[in-house]
Amino acid sequence: MARPTLDQVRGWLAQVPDPEIPVLSLMDLGVIRDVEWQGDRLVVTVTPTYSGCPATAIIKQDIRAALSAQGLEAVEIRDQLTPAWTTDWISEAGRAKLAEYGIAPPQPGGRPKACPQCGSTDLERVAEFGSTPCKALWKCRTCLEPFDYFKCI
Amino acid sequence: MDRDQAFFEFLLRMGDNTLVLGHRVSEWCGHAPILEEDIALANTALDLIGQTQMWLGLAAEVEGAGRDADALAFTRDFWEFRNALLVELPNGDFGRTMARQFLFDAWQSVQLGRLLHSSDSRVAAIAEKASKEVAYQVERSAGTVVGLGDGTEESHARMQAAIDYLWPYVGEFFATDAVDTAMVEAGIAPDPASLRDDFDALVGRVMDEATLTIPAGDFHHKGGRDGARHTEHLGHLLCEMQWLQRAYPGASW
Repeated sequence: MARPTLDQVRGWLAQVPDPEIPVLSLMDLGVIRDVEWQGDRLVVTVTPTYSGCPATAIIKQDIRAALSAQGLEAVEIRDQLTPAWTTDWISEAGRAKLAEYGIAPPQPGGRPKACPQCGSTDLERVAEFGSTPCKALWKCRTCLEPFDYFKCI
Repeated sequence: MDRDQAFFEFLLRMGDNTLVLGHRVSEWCGHAPILEEDIALANTALDLIGQTQMWLGLAAEVEGAGRDADALAFTRDFWEFRNALLVELPNGDFGRTMARQFLFDAWQSVQLGRLLHSSDSRVAAIAEKASKEVAYQVERSAGTVVGLGDGTEESHARMQAAIDYLWPYVGEFFATDAVDTAMVEAGIAPDPASLRDDFDALVGRVMDEATLTIPAGDFHHKGGRDGARHTEHLGHLLCEMQWLQRAYPGASW
């Protein structure tokens, strides 16, 4: 079998959904820091979003499974802590997908720009934490819908 | 004490603090006053356990005795734990839990800020990762201390009682011993005593805003960081936390 190019590999990884926010791919999320061939072995370097996020272990399994489905078995997954993951690494496409999915994407100001349901900017924070460590719970004062906001770190 | 031995002890102190506090906070799961706080506490515990995996993982690597983070967490007995006494204290009411969280977050935020410049790149990397989470945690715990301290007569009284109870356990974080001296010499970690001014400034600001008073006197309990004298509460906590690995050694799923 011919060795796939790194662009092909990145393309396959772009098809792997985040286990908790399946609308995002691992490439959108920015957790894949590097992909390289070392001899016949493919090395994928991964960084965790939050140190305690239970999705991290699943993400590694899913990477392995996705590459295995393409016939790649000699895969090494490396952890990398630094530079620490930041929400700045979520791709533009990823941000748009989040908003469409009903999760307000992270903003530099530390608060959502608009309600992902109705677009109103009259918002209030309900709690600093939401359904996962990466999200906070907000509410729209216009349409009264609660929504998740992807915390900015 | 040689450098590697001191380094191992230092890493146990970091990891045992977050492990024991993470377990304590998780005891709130399903019991917090309102759903949002329940979820927030569970997430706080999760951050702490995540940080534990990094610290104890590195401790196991430095020890080089074939143990991993899980073995250190689940198969050491209470006298081998190196957490400060503050984090093993029972939760008490919600106010005391949040006051303890704030005092710990305040210390962690100062400590991790210094560890960013550690001569050991692995320590600096963990500090970089954890400090982002702790920055968020301290904002939340400080906000809750202010909300309850400067709240109703009842919530104020409970917060003041919590601070009075917890304050004698704060001093232990700043007492320097041989492990710390070795860490300072190696450039790995700061002298604990040197964190005190920044800690006092941060805590003082929040206490003022919360209309709470820091108790007078500088007596402090000790015996957690060196394992010499833990409180009677730690053994009970470990009974629950370690039960599965003790009953079924090596169990996994």
